[in-house]
Order: sequence, then structure tokens, then C-alpha cells
Amino acid sequence: MATHIQPEGLADKGIAGETVDPPVRRERKFGSGVEILLLTIFMVVMLFPVIWMLETALKETKDIYAVPAKVFSFSPTLDHFQNVFSSDSPVFKGFVNSVIVAGFSTLIATVLGVPAAWAYSRFTLKAKKDQLFFILSTRFMPPVVVVIPVFLMFRDLSLLDTRLGLVLVYAAFNLPFTIWMMKGFIDEVPAEYEEAAMLDGFSRFEAFWRVTMPLLIPGIAATAVFALIFSWNEFVFSIFLITDPDTRTAPSAIAGLIGGTTIDWGLVAASAMTFAVPVLVFAFLVRKHLVAGVTLGAVRR
Amino acid sequence: MSSAIVAEGVSKSFGEVEALKHLELDIPDGSFFVLLGPSGAGKTTTLRVIAGLEKPDTGRVLLNGIDATGANPAERDLAMVFQSYALYPKQTAAQNITSPLRARKLSKADIDTQLKRVAELLHIEELLNRYPAQMSGGQMQRIALGRALVRDPRAFLMDEPLTNLDLKLRVEMRTELTRIHRSLGRTFLYVTNDQVEAMSMADQVAVLRQGTVQQVGKPTEIYDRPANRWVASFVGSPRMNLLQCTANGKIEGEGWSLPNPGFGVQGDHKALFGVRSEDLSLDVRDEAVSLAGKVYAVEPLGDRTLVDVEIGGQRVIIKAPPTASYTIGEQVRAAVDMERVHLFDAESEQAIARR
Ligand SMILES: Nc1ncnc2c1ncn2[C@@H]1O[C@H](COP(=O)(O)OP(=O)(O)OP(=O)(O)O)[C@@H](O)[C@H]1O
Ligand SMILES: [Mg+2]
Repeated sequence: MATHIQPEGLADKGIAGETVDPPVRRERKFGSGVEILLLTIFMVVMLFPVIWMLETALKETKDIYAVPAKVFSFSPTLDHFQNVFSSDSPVFKGFVNSVIVAGFSTLIATVLGVPAAWAYSRFTLKAKKDQLFFILSTRFMPPVVVVIPVFLMFRDLSLLDTRLGLVLVYAAFNLPFTIWMMKGFIDEVPAEYEEAAMLDGFSRFEAFWRVTMPLLIPGIAATAVFALIFSWNEFVFSIFLITDPDTRTAPSAIAGLIGGTTIDWGLVAASAMTFAVPVLVFAFLVRKHLVAGVTLGAVRR
Repeated sequence: MSSAIVAEGVSKSFGEVEALKHLELDIPDGSFFVLLGPSGAGKTTTLRVIAGLEKPDTGRVLLNGIDATGANPAERDLAMVFQSYALYPKQTAAQNITSPLRARKLSKADIDTQLKRVAELLHIEELLNRYPAQMSGGQMQRIALGRALVRDPRAFLMDEPLTNLDLKLRVEMRTELTRIHRSLGRTFLYVTNDQVEAMSMADQVAVLRQGTVQQVGKPTEIYDRPANRWVASFVGSPRMNLLQCTANGKIEGEGWSLPNPGFGVQGDHKALFGVRSEDLSLDVRDEAVSLAGKVYAVEPLGDRTLVDVEIGGQRVIIKAPPTASYTIGEQVRAAVDMERVHLFDAESEQAIARR
């Protein structure tokens, strides 16, 4: 004989009372008006600086200084954006350098980090946990702390004012992150796939390449985007290690616009907006992994 | 006959867990060798050590007489069916099956012929273009079998390859695998926890328990002459009746007594008396050796009826013909086939031999 633990009346209504109109829905309808209002206020407050910058970038120079500020009634122009990309622009070179530095440093971190992560995931190593913690701990250090020693080293190696120098520093900073994040992804792939491939007659590396690698592509893409964003945004190393306008990256080039006697705020705003676009695009591409990246590896294939 | 696979004193621990304890196996070339044991006995671990996926802590693995302990899996030329199938998720069934052939760089035409042969054999023609995620457990299991059967390795290692098939298909595949084994003449090392599979397919069975081999022999030997109490009760369904007794000139238990059919015991020996349910009969002729008891329960199963009889406070199960009808509480006598009874030492639980 079955004993009914459920309260009277609930038993016949299916799982979680599916047949009853869910009361939760009505509450939500009532709350949604307030919710939308609050969210709107929140959004305006959060986005105000961005909107202000976008406006500044689109205003003519005389409108930028207008008092009272022209919030809606200005005639938009793309002059500032044109200046960003013009050949004598002080920031355009910075963007090109940023692309080069971010691209290569991410490439190096990924090419080195994925196999390392695979090894940490698959093999039993001495003091594996300690090694992994050590790798992670290098990320705890703020870049400012190491910038002086790196500066001195680079001076001796004549890597100052070179893009190669920055590529190496960024790759070194991205490597631990890549290893940790990729280890999470690789842990999710059963080792038995590779073992089966080895029994099929493939070498250990072939087995990884043919069987595991195709499953890792989304993970690698997500990890690479994180590394790209880090390198793209990085400022401290960039400003300390490079002073040459020909080799500096976008963040320090934009910072260089401020100072001097007259500041072209329109150009600053347009450069900053241009600078933000790639990050926004990439962040949108990996938005699903953004939260997961914090919990490292709790990502479904 | 020479040995295809030998495990010599293989031990393997995972942290605290001793999965294999000094395992000894000798698998004759060309035999269908079944590794039978309950869950957690170390069957999968044994296969993985032999396949080279797991390095034994101590001991050696010999393949065709050559020490292969250090060889990598690809060099061993063994085909394995994984318990979890381990099908490649990003490859279709056809690609999965032909993976070993591609590793050996066979020509496209050869690959296609082999694929066709295996697909027919396993009735999976209509599955070939599907990905593992699009298949049921039983279908994946057949693809996994196909990936092994597509080539001609030194030996096949199969880890419970039929567990997820429905009964009809399982019976069919059982026959099929036995047939394949005959026609290929290769060594099969087959892991199962299903004794029916072990009995019906094996040339030789090794019964494994907690990482040690309890007994090796032909299926009938395991069934008819279990080496110890554990094997006796693990093999056979319903399990062997075991009654506490004292053996001397007679075998005596609480409320019953039988003549000693020749077990080598000295003095009053504490023991367990074992008799299978089919070696007991409720159809008693006067001169037969018998036990008296009371019917406790009756379980008709269609092809036979199991009668649960209480004898001196202990219960035994007796296989009776399907037509038998008994009422609960009825006094009965059970004839014992004294040629087929067993005696186990109460302490060591090892079988006591007949003189
Ligand atoms: N990688 C591992 N890490 C820790 N313990 C393990 C590992 N592999 C196996 N074991 C342990 O070793 C013992 C034997 O495991 P094994 O998988 O060989 O059993 P099995 O006989 O194949 O069981 P089943 O019939 O359930 O598949 C078990 O106690 C198991 O928990
Ligand atoms: Mg197993």
C-alpha cells in the first residue's frame, strides 16, 4: 500500500500542478511594469557616459563646447571618425599595432596553452595541483608590480619600444588563463575517446588531434576571445614599455591625445568608440561563456 | 596450445582502492575467454591493463609470449569494445567503424567493403550516416562492436558489449559473436557479469572477485565443481542452497542428516553443505536419500516451479516441474542427488574434495 505524503488535493494535479494556472505568472505581470521602469533608469545611468561619448564623437567641434550642452539639437557629423582613420591620424597606427599585438599574443598563448592544458588534464604529474595553483597565482599579480623588472629586462634585451616585446608580455599573461580555461573544457571530454582512437591504431597525438580537438573548437574560440580582449584593453605595460608613436598600441595612443594645450575631444571620443567596438562584438560572440569563464570549466560542450 | 594473453601477478590500485590484486590469467590462443564477475570486481581494469591504457603497479602482461607491459596501445594490435562505447561524437557511425582502417591507411575501396560486411553482420545499415548523439544505447553498442570487428587484430577485448541490447537482439548477437569467433579463429576476451552469457559463449571462464581470480575453467567445471563457496553462490540461478552442517561419517545439520558420499574430512568438521535446486527433487522414491521439511513458499515460473522448503530452520529452493502443486505448510520430502552435492569448509570456504 502506498502512503501519500503529498497534501490532499495536490496529488491529482500532475507534476508541479501543471494543470493549474500557475499563480507565478500573474505576479510577474504586476511586477513587470515596475521592473521595466527600474531597469530603464538603471540602463540610462549605466549607459550615460557611453551615450555622452558617442554624442561627442558625432558633434561638430563647436557644439562640443556649447553651453548649455546640446543633447538632442546638434547636427551629427562623421568628421571625427574620418580623422581617426586618416593617414596622419595619431591614433590610427595605434589601432594597427593593437591588432598585431593582440592577435599574435593570443595566437602564441593558444598554441602553447591548449597542449599544456591537455597534458594537465590527461596525465598524472607530480604535484599537479601545486603546479596548477602556481600557474594560476601568476594571474593574481597586478601588472604594475612586474612592470619595472620587465622594463629593466627589456632594456637589456632591447625589446623596449618594440611590438615583439609587448606580444611576449601579453602572451605570458594570457598563458595561465588559457591553460586554466582550456583544462576545464578538456576535462569535460572523456579520455576514453582518445583511448579508443589509440586502440584503433593512432598515436597519442593523432588521437588528440582527430578525436578531442574537434570537440574543443568552441572552447578554444571562447578562450581566445578572452585573451584577445585582455591584450586589446591592456594599458599599463603598453604605456610603460612603449613611448615610440610608431609602435605604441591604441590605449596609449588615445591617452596621448589628452595633454598639450588644446584637446580635440571629438577625436578622443571617436577613437574611444572605435576602440570599444571590437570588444563589444567579441563579448557578444562569447556572452554565453562570459559567466562560465568565471567558474572555469563548468561549460557544457 | 600457446597463450595469446598472459597476465602475471598484475596489481593495480587507484588511491585506496585495490582494483586488481595479483591477478593471474592465461588466455589460450584462439579461445573465447570470458571474464565473469560482479560489478566492481575489476573486469574493466583488467581489460585496460591488457590494452595498455592503464599501467600495472606490479606484474607483467605478455602478448603471444612477448612482454608487452611497456608497449603503447597502438602497438599491441588489440581491438576493444568499451563499456561506455566511447564512440567519437563528431564522426558518423560509418566513420566510427572505419576509424581503425583509416589509421592503417587502407584504400577507399577496401574500407567500403569492410564497412559493408560489418554493417550487414550487425544489422546497422540504416544507422551508418547517424552521429552517436542520434542513436539509442543499443544502437551505439552495435557501432562500438563494429569498430572492433571491422579489423583482424591479435585479440578482441569486449567489455560487456551486449548489456544494452534488448533480449531478442542479445540472444541473436550472442550466437553471432560465437559464430564470428569460430570463423575468425581469433582470441576473444569477453567481460560480462551475466552468467548466461558466460555459460553459453565461453570456452573458458575466469571468475573474478575483488581483483582476484577465484576459479578458471570450462563453464561446466565452474558450474559443477565450484572452487569455493563464493563461486558456488555467484554462478547459477537460483543460487546454490547452502546449509550449515557438521561433516564426519555423516553430514548432519539442524534437523537433518545425510550419508557422507565420500568427502575427505577428518573428525567432526564444521562445513557448508551445498546442493543446487535442480539436484533436489520432491518426487521421492522410497530408497532415495532425502531431507524432510515443510513447504514455505511456491513460485511458479511457467517452465518450472520453485518450491521453497524449510528444513530445520533453514530454507532451500527446489526446482520442481511446472505441473507440481504444493500447498504452503505441507510436509514434503526432498530427494538429494548425492552425486552432485558440494561441501565447503566453514572457515576457509574452499571446496572439500571427495576421496
Ligand atoms: N580510474 C579509477 N579511479 C578510481 N577507482 C577506480 C578507477 N577505475 C576503477 N576503479 C575502482 O576499481 C574497482 C574495479 O573497477 P572496474 O571498473 O574494473 O570494475 P568492473 O568489474 O568493470 O565493474 P562493472 O561491472 O561495474 O563495470 C572498483 O572498485 C572501482 O571503483
Ligand atoms: Mg566495467
